[in-house]
Amino acid sequence: MTQKTVLTILLLLAPELLFAAGTRLLYTMPHINETDRAAIQRGARVFINYCLTCHSAEYMRYKRIADDLGISEDIMKKNLMFASDKIHEGMVVAIEADDARRWFGVPPPDLSVVARARTREWLYNYFMTFYRDEKSPIGVNNATFPGTAMPNILWELQGWQDPVYETRVNAKGDQERVIVDMKLVEPGKQTAKEFKQTIRDLVTFMVYMAEPAELERHRLGFWVLAFLFVLLMISYALKHEYWRDVH
Amino acid sequence: MIDNVLSKVAVVPALLLAWLDRRFPVTRMWNEHLAHYYAPKNFNFWYFFGSLALVVLVIQIVTGIFLTMNYKPSAAEAFASVEFIMRDVNYGWLIRYMHSTGASAFFIVVYLHMFRGLMYGSYKQPRELLWILGMLIYMTLMAEAFLGYLLPWGQMSFWGAQVIVSLFEAMPFGIGAPLAEWIRGDFTISDATLNRFFAYHVIAVPLALLVLVAAHIIALHEVGSNNPDGIEIKEHKDENGVPLDSIPFHPYYTVKDIVGVLVFLILFFSVVFYAPEMGGWFLEHNNFIPADPLRTPEHIVPLWYFTPFYSILRAFTYPFLGVDAKLWGVLAMGASQLLFFFLPWLDRSPVRSIRYRGPYFRCALYSFALAFVVLGYLGVKSPTETDLFLFNNTVWAQIFTAVYFAFFLLMPWYTKMDKDENRPVPERVTG
Amino acid sequence: MSSDGVNLRRRRFLTATTVAVGGVGGTFAAAPFVSSLLPSQKAKALGAPVRIDISKIEPGALHRDEWRGKLVMVVRRTKQNLEDLLALQGKLLDPNSKRQQQPSYAQNPYRSIRDEYLVMIGLCTHLGCAPTYRPEVSPEDLGPEWKGGFYCPCHGSRFDLAGRVYKSVPAPANMEIPPYRYISDTLIEVGVDPENT
Repeated sequence: MTQKTVLTILLLLAPELLFAAGTRLLYTMPHINETDRAAIQRGARVFINYCLTCHSAEYMRYKRIADDLGISEDIMKKNLMFASDKIHEGMVVAIEADDARRWFGVPPPDLSVVARARTREWLYNYFMTFYRDEKSPIGVNNATFPGTAMPNILWELQGWQDPVYETRVNAKGDQERVIVDMKLVEPGKQTAKEFKQTIRDLVTFMVYMAEPAELERHRLGFWVLAFLFVLLMISYALKHEYWRDVH
Repeated sequence: MIDNVLSKVAVVPALLLAWLDRRFPVTRMWNEHLAHYYAPKNFNFWYFFGSLALVVLVIQIVTGIFLTMNYKPSAAEAFASVEFIMRDVNYGWLIRYMHSTGASAFFIVVYLHMFRGLMYGSYKQPRELLWILGMLIYMTLMAEAFLGYLLPWGQMSFWGAQVIVSLFEAMPFGIGAPLAEWIRGDFTISDATLNRFFAYHVIAVPLALLVLVAAHIIALHEVGSNNPDGIEIKEHKDENGVPLDSIPFHPYYTVKDIVGVLVFLILFFSVVFYAPEMGGWFLEHNNFIPADPLRTPEHIVPLWYFTPFYSILRAFTYPFLGVDAKLWGVLAMGASQLLFFFLPWLDRSPVRSIRYRGPYFRCALYSFALAFVVLGYLGVKSPTETDLFLFNNTVWAQIFTAVYFAFFLLMPWYTKMDKDENRPVPERVTG
Repeated sequence: MSSDGVNLRRRRFLTATTVAVGGVGGTFAAAPFVSSLLPSQKAKALGAPVRIDISKIEPGALHRDEWRGKLVMVVRRTKQNLEDLLALQGKLLDPNSKRQQQPSYAQNPYRSIRDEYLVMIGLCTHLGCAPTYRPEVSPEDLGPEWKGGFYCPCHGSRFDLAGRVYKSVPAPANMEIPPYRYISDTLIEVGVDPENT
C-alpha cells in the first residue's frame, strides 16, 4: 500500500491521531456589537498600527472602510493610511514575503477573513493569552495557540503576563498541569480594563473586515422578511378562501 | 363606439392563445399538469417538500448563473474571486449566501421529501420508476454538491475533495490509483481538478438534474400522486371520470403551495441574512483558509448532508474476508445508497401508508430515521471521542450502521410478519 | 367538494392582491441580480482618476494615456494651431460645441480649460475607433484645407485640433472631453471636475 493510501486511511479513521485536538479557550468572549462603527474605527487604528506591519488584509479596500464608517477619504488618508497606500486598493503590507519567512519561520498569513476562519472567541482569547516563556525561541508563548510564531506585538500596551497553572486529572486518570488563567507581572501603558477594551475593538474590526457586508445584511434582512411576512398573510387568506370548497 | 372597440380588444388574448394552441400545446399542457391534474385532497404537511425542492432548484440555478459571472475556476484565483464576489460585486454577498444556503436547504427539503415517500409507501407499485427517478435525482444532487464544494478553494474544499477522490483508490485489481488520477487529472487535487469540477458543476450535472426532474414530474403525473392514506383514489371516480377524492392541482394546490413556499422563504432568508454560516454547518470555518496542499486541517468533516454516509464509511475498522477496512467502508457507503433503489421490491407489505401498517414496519422506519440522524451527528465528530454515552463514537456508528442496513435487508421479512397486525385500509381517503 | 356560495369577488380580489404584491416582490428580488452586473468596486477602483504629467509634452506633440480603459489624448497646441481653430468655423458640424460632448468648463472655442492643452477621449464618435493624430498642414491625402487634426482610419471621419467634427463625415458629434482638472501647472487629473465647479 502506498504511503498516501495509509495517510488517507488515517485521515478518514482518526483525524485527531495526527493532529492535536483544538485547545480549550480560557476566557468567554465579551459581547461585541458588529455594527458599532466607533468600535470598528478604534479597532481599525489598532489593526493598522500593530498588525498591518507584518500581516496584509488584501481583500479589504481602504475606500470600503472609509465608506462603511462614514469618514471622508482625506481623513482616512491622514489618519489611517501610510503615505504609500492607495485608497482604492487592499491593505497590503510593506515587508517582503521572503523577509517574513526568515524572521518568523512562516510568512504571516493574510488576515482578511481570519475572523471567519478562527471565530471571534478564538481571536479574543489569542490576544489575551500571550505569556512569557523562556523555553520558546521567541521568548513568548500563547495559551490559545501554543507554539505560535508571532511575538506579542501588543506587549507595550498590555505589559507581560505569566500563566497560572493548576494540576488536574485528565480523562485517562493522569495528572497534568494546565493553564487556567493569566496574571500580569509587568504593567504596560494600558490598564487591564483599557487593554481588554482595545482587544474588543480590535476583534470588532476584524469581524467587520472578515465580512463588511454584515452591516448591510442585517439592515436589508429586516425588510425582506417583513415583506415575505405580509405576502404570507395575503396568500394564506387566498388559500383559505379557495379551500372553503374542499372542507 | 368605445364599447365596441373594447369588446374587440377583449378577445385578443383568446385569439392569441388559440393561435398558440394550434402550434404548441399550451392549453393542453396547462390542463394536463395543473388545471386538470387531479391530486388527492388529503395532502398534509409532508406534501409541501416536492414543490419546495423545485423552488430551491430555481434559486440554485439563478444564483449559480450570476456567481459564474465573477467566479474564476483557477487554483490561483478561485479563493480571491469568492472574496471579490463577497465584497466588490454589488449584492454579490447576497447571491453567494443564497447559493450556499440553498445547497443545504436543498438537502433538508429532499431528505424530508424522501422520508415522506418512506412513510406513505410512495415507492410501491405502480410508482417504482417514480421512486427510482427520484433516487437518481438525489444521487445527482450529491454529486453536484460535492463538485460545487471544491470551488471556493478553501481548506475544506481541498481536503474534502482529496479524501473523497482517494476513496476511489480503494478499488481493487490495481485500477484504484489510475482511476483517482483520471478523476483529478493530476497526482493531487489541483488546478486541473478545479477546472473540470467547475465544468461538471455548472453545466454537465445541472443538465442531467433538469432532465431527471422533468422525467420525475412526468412520471408522477402519469401514475398520479400517492397520499397519506396510501390508497388509490382512481378506484372511485365520478361520472366524468374524475376521482371522487381528488381536487384539481390548480388552483387548490397552487394556492396552498404558495403559502408553503413563503413559509420556506421566510426560514431560508432568515438564515441568509442572519446566520449564513449556520454555526459552521452551512459554511465551515476552515473553508475561510485558502487551500494549502501541504497542511491538513485538524478535522476534515464533510458538510452535514454527507455525514450519515461518512459515518458508515468510518464505521468499518477491521479487515474482513481478506478485504481491508477501507474497501469495506467504501463498499458499505455505496451500498447504503444503492439499497434505496431496491425498496419497491424489498417491501412485501400489501399496505402502503404507515397509518395502516403493523408495528414491525413502524418500529423499523423510526429506527432507521433515528439511525440516519445519529450517523449524521457522529459524522461531524471525532471517531475516538465519546460524545454520546457508554461507548465511543465509532462503536455507536457501528451500531447504527447495523440498524441502517437492517432496515433494508430485513425488510422482506418484517413487512411480511406485519401481515396480521396491519390495520384495515379504508376505501376512501380520511381527510 | 362543493362550489355553492362561492364569493367570486373576494376570490378575484385576493388573487389580484397576491399577484400584485408578489409581482412587486419579484421586481425587488430582481434588483440585486441586475445591479450585480454593474461595475464592481474593483472596476470602480481601477476606473479611479488618473494623474498625467504634462510638463514633458513638446509643443505640437501628442501624449497618450489611459483612463477607465479608454485612450486619453493630450495635445499641446501651438499658437498657430489655436489661430487656425478659430478660422475653421464654417467647415464644422458643431463649431460652438452645443452638444454635450464636454463638461461645461470646456465649452469654449478651444474645448479646454487652458487653451494650450487639449485633453480628450481618443475615440471616434462614429463607431469607437481611435483616430490618428495628423498635426501636419495640407498633407497629400487629407487635402490643402487640412490645418492639423484627427483622422479616423476606420471610416474616414475628420476632427480638428479641438476634436470638433467636420461636416459631411460619418461621425455625428465632436469627440468627448473627459472631466479633468489642473492640480498644478504641470499636472492634470483626468476623471474629476475642477474643485470650483
